[in-house]
Amino acid sequence: MTGDGAAVVAAVGAVAERIQAERDHLTELDSAIGDADHGGNMARGWAAAAEAARDLDDPDAETVAKTVGKTLMSEVGGASGPLFGGSLVFAAAELDGGVDAETAVAFAETYLEKVEDRGDARVGDQTMVDALTPAVHTFKKSIETDGLPPIEALAKAVDAAERGVAFTVPIRARKGRASYLGWRSVGHQDPGATSALFILEELLAVAAERLGVDAPRADATSPTIPDDDPDAEASDDSDAAPEGD
Amino acid sequence: MKKLINDPDDVVDEMLDGMTATYPDRLRRLPDTQVLVRDDGPVDEKVGIVTGGGSGHEPTHAGYVGDGMLDGAAAGDVFSSPTADEFEALIDACDAGDGVLAVIKNYEGDVMNFETAIELAEMEGVEVESVVVDDDVAVDDSLYTSGRRGVCGTILVHKAAGAKAAAGGDLAEVKRVAEKVVDNVGTMGTALTSCVTPEKGEPTFDLGDDEIELGIGIHGEPGTERTEAMSADAITEELTEAVLDDLDLDEGQEVLTIVNGMGATPQMELFVVNRRLQELLGERGLETYDAWVGDYMTSLDMAGASITVCAVDDELKELFDAPADTPALTTR
Repeated sequence: MTGDGAAVVAAVGAVAERIQAERDHLTELDSAIGDADHGGNMARGWAAAAEAARDLDDPDAETVAKTVGKTLMSEVGGASGPLFGGSLVFAAAELDGGVDAETAVAFAETYLEKVEDRGDARVGDQTMVDALTPAVHTFKKSIETDGLPPIEALAKAVDAAERGVAFTVPIRARKGRASYLGWRSVGHQDPGATSALFILEELLAVAAERLGVDAPRADATSPTIPDDDPDAEASDDSDAAPEGD
Repeated sequence: MKKLINDPDDVVDEMLDGMTATYPDRLRRLPDTQVLVRDDGPVDEKVGIVTGGGSGHEPTHAGYVGDGMLDGAAAGDVFSSPTADEFEALIDACDAGDGVLAVIKNYEGDVMNFETAIELAEMEGVEVESVVVDDDVAVDDSLYTSGRRGVCGTILVHKAAGAKAAAGGDLAEVKRVAEKVVDNVGTMGTALTSCVTPEKGEPTFDLGDDEIELGIGIHGEPGTERTEAMSADAITEELTEAVLDDLDLDEGQEVLTIVNGMGATPQMELFVVNRRLQELLGERGLETYDAWVGDYMTSLDMAGASITVCAVDDELKELFDAPADTPALTTR
């Protein structure tokens, strides 16, 4: 197995473990504003994706990313399937030439663009875009303007995503099922944005491990702001990841 | 609650196998999917028409697969969108080289999964266009939806697009007539009782014995108003008024109407509703060109009905009259 492909397989395995570990936490976030299925759906999807990635025979990074995307697309369901998985299928093509600073930036930008287009969401809508946008912008700037090594750029991106997740708490949801709560969505942390942060944290941890360095911040604690909003009774609506008919 | 099912997890799978067992010469299931397609498809030199969505709305969706309507339909789990890979398999199977029109009901999961599938199919060289149906005049945003919901008017989109494709229309023409229906159709429904999903086994929402929900969605999403039970005539007046106010038709306009049962409504009651509907249309100076009564777009075992009105011109009349031969709808 080539280095890039193996690294991506390892990263996917780490993400699957992390999502499984955070499953109840994600479900709890979703039950406040949605239908409490985000944790279960994501855990099921990432477990299947990790297995599919491990089963590949000496894959390159693009193949792993595409396989993971397709598996998420078919296993996660609802809107999280196309958002987390479908976007990955399209962004995978950017890793055609392997993973380096340049292709990683292109991959990140395409991924964000696909999520924005598919979900018709922008920063401030209380969705996963609120975590991804600062992460991708910070990553790109750190590499292209500041000339930082990719691992340091990734660490800065994770930090930006964490602040993005915190930003979802005090704002009103305008996309996804949380939007039907109207002003009652204020005060709730978006589960989709939280999942996106967990994924980025694991990418950083695996990258640091493989480079043999300490990630600038690779600890896996989640920055959840406790949610004790008494309005949570409307928990049959809303989600970063709305379902369909 | 009692249900005529085995394991709730198997109900969609077993329903699909039951449909192919019922219509072995008409329907074929794509291996390892929940997709049913025309047994004789894809049809050469014809635009493919596809749709899909959650199960529980039977005969929607696969009941309309057949000559003159759909080429295939993807079934999701009960009230859940099919996944993008299922939609992609559907599109691929229904493309004979002349392109495919996807008819999407406006629910976020359906739209996102279908759009992802369309983009993937296009990367493989399939020409795909789509139309989003949003005929429910009751509410603008609700559970599962941004904008209006897609409900029973979708059947008329299948009919018009299917007839146009069968007549040799190209993809652009087929899309144009589908959009024409979307622009001219409105629907509103009411629930007398909640539906009960196989998974949950109890009512999705609480409705008192003496209450009804006006503007109900086809998954039991809230409507515009919960009110005390009313007579069939009074309910028909509420629904018809809301739909006609939305459509804002000129006097003398010809319309096709559907009184649709939600799954557990006796036909007797649907005809009672249609009787009053036709009187009201006459009072408004509208002319009924055709009236359909039956179960077209259901919500499991919900009792209630929806009223659909579609303004028609010569082109739509010809398309609605054109032959169709499907398990759930036959015109000749």
